[in-house]
Amino acid sequence: MPQNYVPIFIFIAVVGVLIPVTLLAAKLVRPDNPHREKLLPYECGIDPVDRARGRYTVRFYIIAILFVVFDVETIFLFPWAVKFKALGMFGLLEMLIFLAILIVGYIWIWKKGALEWV
Amino acid sequence: MLSVGTFVLISIIKIVIALIVLLTAVAYTVWLERKVVGHIQNRWGPTRVGPFGLLQPLADGVKFIFKEDLTSPHVYRPLYIAAPMISLIFALTSIAVIPVGNWVTVGGIHTPLQITDVNMGLLIVLGITSMGVYGVALAGWSSNSKYSLLGGLRASAQMVSYEVSLGLSLIGVLIMAGSFSLRDIVDAQGGAYWHVIPRWNIFQGQIFAFFIYLTAAFAETNRIPFDLPEAETELVAGYHTEYSAMKFAMFFMAEYANMITVACLASLLFLGGWHGPLFGPAWLQAILPLFWFALRIFGFLFVYIWVRGTLPRFRYDQLMAFGWKVLLPLAIANLMITGLIVALKS
Repeated sequence: MPQNYVPIFIFIAVVGVLIPVTLLAAKLVRPDNPHREKLLPYECGIDPVDRARGRYTVRFYIIAILFVVFDVETIFLFPWAVKFKALGMFGLLEMLIFLAILIVGYIWIWKKGALEWV
Repeated sequence: MLSVGTFVLISIIKIVIALIVLLTAVAYTVWLERKVVGHIQNRWGPTRVGPFGLLQPLADGVKFIFKEDLTSPHVYRPLYIAAPMISLIFALTSIAVIPVGNWVTVGGIHTPLQITDVNMGLLIVLGITSMGVYGVALAGWSSNSKYSLLGGLRASAQMVSYEVSLGLSLIGVLIMAGSFSLRDIVDAQGGAYWHVIPRWNIFQGQIFAFFIYLTAAFAETNRIPFDLPEAETELVAGYHTEYSAMKFAMFFMAEYANMITVACLASLLFLGGWHGPLFGPAWLQAILPLFWFALRIFGFLFVYIWVRGTLPRFRYDQLMAFGWKVLLPLAIANLMITGLIVALKS
């Protein structure tokens, strides 16, 4: 029933009000003595060297792309799993063909070294 | 059929109760962790505040509120403030669709022991918990600190990697139950074979899926042995290095709320939810399902803490290799074998 989804939004609203209110309440009672040394970004006690948002390894992008591929596949498998018994042998074979293609791709990315971190 | 007013009122009452129970559970999970890890390491854990240190969570809460909150002028303020709130809001919200017991009738109103009974429960939990990545990634980026950025990147890469295996390990359960509704999945696990072995999914061939889920869940919640995002020996504290006071507390609470959600899901999907032996008078029979469910969650939290006290941390390349080269093929194999067996049986 669609109205059953309403309490989820009520929940988000309740929590979404409660948490900022807690933060504001804490702001009223806590001490506030800022000092230059305290406000520096943490770097083990020395002044920060260089910019914080430097370049980082391209591996993170590859992981993100792989995630999109496999997560879409997971989402595709969910409705199939729920209707599995209704689809019968036909559904199973279809999905095995789909998974076979996917596994070929998986072996390919493995051989290409996309899963190696270093 | 209930009127709109009653419906909203019941929802709000349930939400308030669920929030109080969940936040208390979060606070006492922290206490339990400190106590158990203390004993594992031959220490006492908290003892000073109240008997057995039981008031320690309360003292911590007061301290978090009265602590000075340092916000460096170099941070990107809107996201810096939003990130802990995003983390906590989505960590708490997933409890909204988790059922804790059967239907009850209170004062003539028949209602499920769950904030709301939706037929897409599992999908909603997965969707909401994966929103947690945003909080972590934004916190890491907006803090303007090298440690935070690295921690945030690591955390998001790790969480998305293990989410794939987590999702795939649940497909076997979905094939068994044929429904996304968490209540239907639990109902499908009722009864027992020969009155001895319960029909939980873990005893119906989903045992590998259970361990895949458990491993992926440890990684999803950034717990040892997968706590690379907060590896304190190399990254200080990872994505929350720059956070202090209440904002830090929010990340902390979000992590423990996520642990509880994961424990709830594991009990519902693999261990038969609230099913257990019922006996005694009527009032005891009404309470026992809640007790069995709470016992399972407690067991999971204890395993979490036990593992933390036992295992060392992975190296980052090992972590990624494990997720993509071991867990993912295992999850796909489990799903194909489950499909074949279920199809051959029917």
